Amino acid sequence: MMYGYEWDTTTWVTYTTSILPIILIGLTVTLKAAAAGFAIALVLGLVFALLRRSRLVAISWTTAVIVEFLRDTPLLVQLFFLYYVLPEFGIVLPAFLTGALALGLQYAAYTSEVYRGGIEAVARGQWEAATALNLTRMQAYRDIIIPQAIPRIVPAMGNYLVAMIKETPVLSVVTVMEMMGLANMIGERTFEYLVPLTLVGLIFLLLTLICSAGLHRLQKALPKAGIPLR
Amino acid sequence: MDWTAYLPMLWQGAFVTMTITLASIAVGAVLAFVFGIMRVEGGPILSTVALCYTEVFRGTSLLVQLFWFYYALPLVGLSFDPVTTGILVLAAHAGGYGAEIVRGALSSVSTQQLEAARALNFSRLQTLFRVSLPQAIVEMMPAFGNLAIETLKLSSLVSLISIADLTFAAQSIRNITLDSTSIYSITLLCYFAMSLVLMVAIRVIERLVRRGHAFPQMPRS
Repeated sequence: MMYGYEWDTTTWVTYTTSILPIILIGLTVTLKAAAAGFAIALVLGLVFALLRRSRLVAISWTTAVIVEFLRDTPLLVQLFFLYYVLPEFGIVLPAFLTGALALGLQYAAYTSEVYRGGIEAVARGQWEAATALNLTRMQAYRDIIIPQAIPRIVPAMGNYLVAMIKETPVLSVVTVMEMMGLANMIGERTFEYLVPLTLVGLIFLLLTLICSAGLHRLQKALPKAGIPLR
Repeated sequence: MDWTAYLPMLWQGAFVTMTITLASIAVGAVLAFVFGIMRVEGGPILSTVALCYTEVFRGTSLLVQLFWFYYALPLVGLSFDPVTTGILVLAAHAGGYGAEIVRGALSSVSTQQLEAARALNFSRLQTLFRVSLPQAIVEMMPAFGNLAIETLKLSSLVSLISIADLTFAAQSIRNITLDSTSIYSITLLCYFAMSLVLMVAIRVIERLVRRGHAFPQMPRS
């Protein structure tokens, strides 16, 4: 994908403008990877959180150990594990999907704690009131607990999304051509690493500042009393 | 090749990982306190400097920072070996997050405490070191614990700037033997074990701090 691009390295201004288009292509890959990883993390994290609350000790303990293991080992090694080990068991995924899966697995461990914390933070009296009103467990979750848990969960999830965006450059080691991978590749061709790397760093800084500002507004906009699901 | 044959090489890598992690945590803690205190007590100029530091190191990706310093420092005439660069960047990254923890904890000390210190005619430094910090440091410990684990995990990225840490050792053995499953399983377990040891160490430090051992001038109650 690098063919047909010419880079003018005479000054840093011309260099920046000539590599900007290709870095922006990388930006879309970065955002797509983060979005895919985050979707996996949201779903899988909820599964972990519910399994963790299971009444069967065997299930809740196994889940706890898995979550702890995912939380305490590096994303890079997990990524290598998925990238090299899955094909040995006949599961051949494209690098992008492997990367998104690794991001999703690592962050599912984090999000499961967020779900758990959000659900447990709802006061006990709410559960008792739901029992007193003769609501089933499903109804209590749907109408009482989850609506109150959402305002507590959303800001923390947002923080993890920002953190995940900043971790996507790791995917470049398994040939996912996101911003960082492209910047490195341009550096290898031109022997000028500083401008592309600075550009990528600035784009990340801009992204996180925008996301943090957005999160801050979202947090203020969320009603404290909860969001009804129906 | 039996999987036990990998262990000496992985052990060497694990030793490098431990050294880098501990060094980064130590340097990072110093940076965290310096910039965190600057944020709260520094006045307009110093607190802006600290704000820029935290925003830059928290806002740009660690891998970008690693490569940037790896390629940029030699250009300004500072050529360190990769290990020093790795430790400095990891420490600066941890320090950015740590400074926010320090700032949060310092600003959560109740205003009555500060008013009381003022009433007792404490100077600003005395208030900071005798009143605010001893209380705030207890609040910081759980967050610092998470940050330490995070630093251990992120230290795996230094393998990408050619430092022979645990991840690097795993990669090189894999390139020779192609025995991915056992190598990466062992590596993951090694990291898990190191995290658990680190966690226990942090618990012990936390307990010491909570009892006031870290500040012997505080009366225990």
